[in-house]
Amino acid sequence: MKTPPPGAATGSARWEQETLEPVLRASGERAASFTTISGRPIDRLYTRESLAGWDEARDLAEPGRFPYTRGIHPTGYRGKLWTMRQFSGFGTPEETNQRYKHLLAAGGTGLSVAFDLPTLMGRDPDHELSLGEVGKCGVSIASLADMETLFAGISLADITTSMTINSPAPMLFAMYLAVAEQQGADWRTISGTIQNDILKEFIAQKEYIYPPRPSMRLITDVFGFCAAQVPKWNTISVSGYHIREAGATALQELAFTLRDGVEYVQYGVDAGLDVDQFVPRISFFFNAHSDFFEELAKYRAARKIWAHVMRDRFGAKDERSWKLRFHTQTAGVSLTAQQPYNNVVRTALQALSAVLGGTQSLHTNSLDEALALPTAEAATLALRTQQIIAHESGVTHAVDPLGGSFFLEKLTLDMEKGALDYFDTIDRMGGMVAAIERGFPQREIADSAYRFQQAVERKEKIVVGVNQFVVEEDRGVPLLYIDEAAAARQIERLRVLRRDRDNRRVRKALDDLRRAAEGTANTMMPLLEATRAYATVGEMCDALREVWGEYEEQPMI
Amino acid sequence: MSKIRVVIAKPGLDGHDRGAKVIARALRDAGMEVIYTGLRQTPQQIVSAAIQEDADVIGLSILSGAHNHICPEVMRLLKEKGLEDVCVVVGGIIPDLDVARLAGIGIHGVFRPGTSMQEIIDYITSHARFRAETG
Repeated sequence: MKTPPPGAATGSARWEQETLEPVLRASGERAASFTTISGRPIDRLYTRESLAGWDEARDLAEPGRFPYTRGIHPTGYRGKLWTMRQFSGFGTPEETNQRYKHLLAAGGTGLSVAFDLPTLMGRDPDHELSLGEVGKCGVSIASLADMETLFAGISLADITTSMTINSPAPMLFAMYLAVAEQQGADWRTISGTIQNDILKEFIAQKEYIYPPRPSMRLITDVFGFCAAQVPKWNTISVSGYHIREAGATALQELAFTLRDGVEYVQYGVDAGLDVDQFVPRISFFFNAHSDFFEELAKYRAARKIWAHVMRDRFGAKDERSWKLRFHTQTAGVSLTAQQPYNNVVRTALQALSAVLGGTQSLHTNSLDEALALPTAEAATLALRTQQIIAHESGVTHAVDPLGGSFFLEKLTLDMEKGALDYFDTIDRMGGMVAAIERGFPQREIADSAYRFQQAVERKEKIVVGVNQFVVEEDRGVPLLYIDEAAAARQIERLRVLRRDRDNRRVRKALDDLRRAAEGTANTMMPLLEATRAYATVGEMCDALREVWGEYEEQPMI
Repeated sequence: MSKIRVVIAKPGLDGHDRGAKVIARALRDAGMEVIYTGLRQTPQQIVSAAIQEDADVIGLSILSGAHNHICPEVMRLLKEKGLEDVCVVVGGIIPDLDVARLAGIGIHGVFRPGTSMQEIIDYITSHARFRAETG
């Protein structure tokens, strides 16, 4: 090879001078700067030089090896595909039971329960605040009787179930365990997940009941109970999904979610639990938004950070404590009411990023969800989207196929650094509970949400069909319409239940629950007894309201 | 001319307040006086807030499907208090069928997903001024 004459540029400098500059001079670029959907600037080109300080053995390593940047399994999806778990629930338990059987028959491999707002807020269907909300955003479950109907003809020993329930998580979990008991399924072998993540409720979704500290105690009660009695259950799904939907950037989603995870582990340790006894059952839940590589970097950085925090900050010895497992849902907030069929394409790309990011399970949204809860046809198409990625795209053949990309590894490094900076800020505030009490994450997210909306308004960010490529249209997609009949049926059923059950047994169980809450005994035992006596969700939650009071947020814009 | 006074409220059990907060900021930045009630307000509380704040406009953010129960009750209470001239707008996930139903009870400003902030600012500016001139 000829050596270049003295003074001549080499490598990338030469490329810039000889190849790039003439093109820039002649035709320029589409914009002065390029940023991710989160507003992070993106350079024109990433090369080996972008990765200064990056060490392949330390920062990437092999799949299945610490720090798991390339995934927690050495065989990726060659061994086992992700679980295709479609979140679903509406109307009465009978209606949702039918939808579950439909999803399982269509090849779904797990269930995921969406509860209605009264259930999520610990209110019975006949409470005045439940007016107009029963069965609307999910299924109405008021007592064990409803839970029995929800899983009629579905063997809990053979499937795994995820339940999106937070403040009343221990109550609904007790109901699930009672149904398993009736079916003869062994608590030691059944598996599934309860979301049980109250911190992100205070931060983003705002479906809380009790103040932060007693809420944290309910969660550590579940950790302790499951370690002893339901060892395969995922006791919490630490969720970034809702944080992102509320307007957080990818980095904020990553940082706040993992810092929430740290807070739960710290509370567990402070409650006297051994790290390696309960941390392996902690799982995570992320959003799959539209900026493809930024999302990929987020999942990879999450695994890396968690591995380090568990090993180095908490001294976990069991590798299972180091491995971050996560569920993903495509971004509901990215769906548009305009030209709803475009949502199929958005969802497919988002799902692809989750798969390339190594998700353990996945929910794909339906095309009609900016307008209503999905129809059965739309929900089936969403499931088919996952099946096409799994069986036709070929991306599952090799483990972490994009690993080693200069661009992706640089984004992953930056995500990690940014998240650790947020960790420092929150640690200085005294932890996540203290930060929430000061409104810190809430304010950060509201700022990001407003900035994004302004960018859309100014067309700095394009949303196809909304601020560009707009057409006059008739939104001719069929929608699921939930009428008031579900509420009437649930209220009548509750009346009959209250009349026919052993009310002395209910009262005694609720008294025992209050006493446990006042003291330090694990609340799961009295909750199980109250559940078996057919106490309602509202009655159990009220018993604890009497002891702990309710949380009220200071309104802030 | 005095500033347009807007009460932004989040009725029902739902806690998804991204839209309510973004709109509240946008209206404030557009020069309006904005009062955000916070979460889980009953129709009674919302109307009381409107009276107390001498509101020209009430903005309701509803995503849960409970609008058919909440909106008529807010309108009934406003009428009862003699505040028919307060301009009421709704933002959220509202099926086509219900947009006509809401118009029937006097709610013409219904803003669904994808509406620009400017569109909402313009609507409120023109309709609230109408009230100020006649009221």
